[in-house]
Amino acid sequence: SVSNIVPESCLLIVVGLLVGGLIKGVGEKPPILKSDIFFLFLLPPIILDAGYFLPLRQFTENLGTILIFAVVGTLWNAFFLGGLMYAVCQLGGPGLNHIGLLANLLFGSIISAVDPVAVLAVFEEIHINELLHILVFGESLLNDAVTVVLYRLFEEFANFEQVTIIDIILGFLSFFVVSLGGVFVGVIYGLIAAFTSRFTSHIRVIEPLFVFVYSYMAYLSAELFHLSGIMALIASGVVMRPYVEANISHKSHTTIKYFLKMWSSVSETLIFIFLGVSTVAGHHYWNWTFVISTLLFCLIARVLGVLVLTWFINKFRIVKLTPKDQFIIAYGGLRGAIAFSLGYLLDYKHFSMRDMFLTAIITVIFFTVFVQGMTIRPLVDLLAVKKKQETKRSINEEIHTQFLDHLLTGIEDICGHYGHHHWKDKLNRFNKKYVKKCLIAGERSKEPQLIAFYHKMEMKQAIELVESGGIGKIPSAVSTVSIQNINPKTLPVERILPALSKDKEEEIRKILRNNLQKTRQRLRSYNRHTLVADPYEEAWNQMLLRRQKARQLEQKMNNYLTVPAHKLDSPTMSRARIGSDPLAYEPKADSENLPIITIDPASPQSPESVDLMNEEPKGCGGLPPSPEEDEEGLVMRVKEPSSPGTDDVFTPGTGDSPSNQRMLRCLSDPGPRPEPEEGEPFIPKGQ
Amino acid sequence: TSEQIEHLHRRFKQLSRDQLTIRKENFDSIPDLEFNPIRGKIVHAFFDKRNLRQESDGLADEINFEDFLTIMSYFRPIEMNMDEEQLDRFRKEKLKFLFHMYDSDHDGKITLQEYRNVVEELLSGNPHLEKDSARSIADGAMLEAASICVGQMGPDQVYEGITFEDFLKMWQGIDIETKMHVRFLNMETIAHCY
Repeated sequence: SVSNIVPESCLLIVVGLLVGGLIKGVGEKPPILKSDIFFLFLLPPIILDAGYFLPLRQFTENLGTILIFAVVGTLWNAFFLGGLMYAVCQLGGPGLNHIGLLANLLFGSIISAVDPVAVLAVFEEIHINELLHILVFGESLLNDAVTVVLYRLFEEFANFEQVTIIDIILGFLSFFVVSLGGVFVGVIYGLIAAFTSRFTSHIRVIEPLFVFVYSYMAYLSAELFHLSGIMALIASGVVMRPYVEANISHKSHTTIKYFLKMWSSVSETLIFIFLGVSTVAGHHYWNWTFVISTLLFCLIARVLGVLVLTWFINKFRIVKLTPKDQFIIAYGGLRGAIAFSLGYLLDYKHFSMRDMFLTAIITVIFFTVFVQGMTIRPLVDLLAVKKKQETKRSINEEIHTQFLDHLLTGIEDICGHYGHHHWKDKLNRFNKKYVKKCLIAGERSKEPQLIAFYHKMEMKQAIELVESGGIGKIPSAVSTVSIQNINPKTLPVERILPALSKDKEEEIRKILRNNLQKTRQRLRSYNRHTLVADPYEEAWNQMLLRRQKARQLEQKMNNYLTVPAHKLDSPTMSRARIGSDPLAYEPKADSENLPIITIDPASPQSPESVDLMNEEPKGCGGLPPSPEEDEEGLVMRVKEPSSPGTDDVFTPGTGDSPSNQRMLRCLSDPGPRPEPEEGEPFIPKGQ
Repeated sequence: TSEQIEHLHRRFKQLSRDQLTIRKENFDSIPDLEFNPIRGKIVHAFFDKRNLRQESDGLADEINFEDFLTIMSYFRPIEMNMDEEQLDRFRKEKLKFLFHMYDSDHDGKITLQEYRNVVEELLSGNPHLEKDSARSIADGAMLEAASICVGQMGPDQVYEGITFEDFLKMWQGIDIETKMHVRFLNMETIAHCY
């Protein structure tokens, strides 16, 4: 299909072209991507999204490499290209002769920066391994500082009569100011945001706002002082993330994630469309020599730069970059909208050849995005580049990784060698001792990473279970391994003791989850019920349906696996049955279609009872504990194919109708439900 | 390389206070190691006879420089010109070292109790932690390991422990050969005075 061949960015540009053509055809003047709009509104969401979700571990591990590519690589590109273009211009005949060296250098600096938007758009789809992804992507983010400095430098110099050495040295220094200043601003705002989030436990609703606002302010502040806004944005995202995530509620976390993804998607789409429209709308000055040589030299500069730098970097890397890697890095050097906007910013008065520049820039952008973007995927397949491993982070991996970290730190200490791990460990300890106390509210500040990870995982699994309605996609592997398999000495009865710790319950949930794969839960119908909150009407419908079903029931009674609980089993017995025999949940081989689960809904231990029911967040609140309801085993059936469109009915056999009624009513009543304690797993305590 | 050996030799002499062998107590003199939650296991690993490629089991009392080097060799970084087989062997060696660290009673399997022990040690940096949390994490991890390695199990079967093959399987996702190494870039940053 088309989307497999053509990356999204290309399609969007084509759409933009069409739209632009349409508008022009109608006679109106199509809107051009103004630099203000681009830099102030369209770019920040994308960068924030990238920075907030930056995989920090890989990033820091490869930071040296990334920096070298970003700084030295971009400088090389800019000067090489600028110089060569100057030579071309001198030789290029009357049309080009007047373009000075500085103008060419400026042009070179604009076009040499790898663009994060384009890289993201293309690399997202090809799923290469994390190392390459972070290298190219990190480079595209960090080269912003270089681009900003070079751009401003050359723009100013072009107006000077003479450029002295002092100016050059100052320019060199300004690079450090710009980049480090940008990072500094970002860090400050990140810390403020983290600190603010510490106090938001009572106003959960506006937590996401802080993240967005503070980050944007970091960006604006940096841009205000002509520092690197992108680096500020990334720094603030990276700094605030661990603390904010520890402080905010789960819902806020989800909100932040989805808002960022949404905004960045929208921005990206708009940027590419606008590029297309601007191409149609802009004034163009096409000069064959200039454009073609630009394109050629861009490619050559990139390849040469990558080769030379990799040769240099490989001396210091443990994991060397293979030629295949180098090829992908070179090929992934896409240019994008930033170059266009920077070119657009050029002043007509000083740069009369602005149109020509813009034409050349657009050509290069189109070339890289279309040609390189489209061909990179087959090339990746052809060269058999390692792809991203789609394994989920498991608790085992986390344990092992931490173990390994400590081990390596220890070995380094033994060797007396202050290496990578040593400093990382020191930083972690400093973090834990001082910083976390300030920035994370209350209890969580003392939580070790392993525990936090474990909780997060459990929560994720619980949510996945809820969302999938319990069918099919159980996150963990399909296996019948239960706690008994690994520790036979554990008394099953132990699990049902009233004083269950939260973690034990999580175990139990896991076991239940594994065993409940094949049953369908009644959760789906809750969605409809909770929207229509008329309990009596629903109950009435239920009654009618039930009467209908009662007849069918007679026939099917024999197929039920478990004896209708309410008659024969006392509550304790059914509970004991749950406890001792996990296999009760497994469908027996000889039954054809109806595995049944008997679950005791209410237990005297806690008011909040029905566990599986409550997994659906809109489900019923706690059933009032009442002795009568103990008798009702809740029998859930797989939906019969013969009755489509009707809800599953609770069929407690021939249960008492009043308590049945009450239960049905209760279950369909959305009811006031106490908000679960933020930060806790959805599933309330108790069983 | 020879410089690295030289450097290690100097370090060895420092630790052993100019004697020929090191004992466990010598490791106590390293201040930074105290913060390390698994220091016990690390020190233990140095003396573990299985790591020292000796035939017997159990712990050696003291190690000389050769043994020191042997242990350090587990942390060699990989070289570019290794072929698949060498890489594989390398990988197995490193994983075996790790395995021995987990498996403290030398029976070739990591049982639930040993795993719990590991997790507890990892979390031992935090004094106010319930034993339960550590245990349940270990249990959960063990469950996961079992389901990866064995898949379907009836309720009567008991999963004894993680054998080395299972251990290999668990580590498949992680490139151990690229991670488990120590750099010797800056010789000058050796801390000279202890």
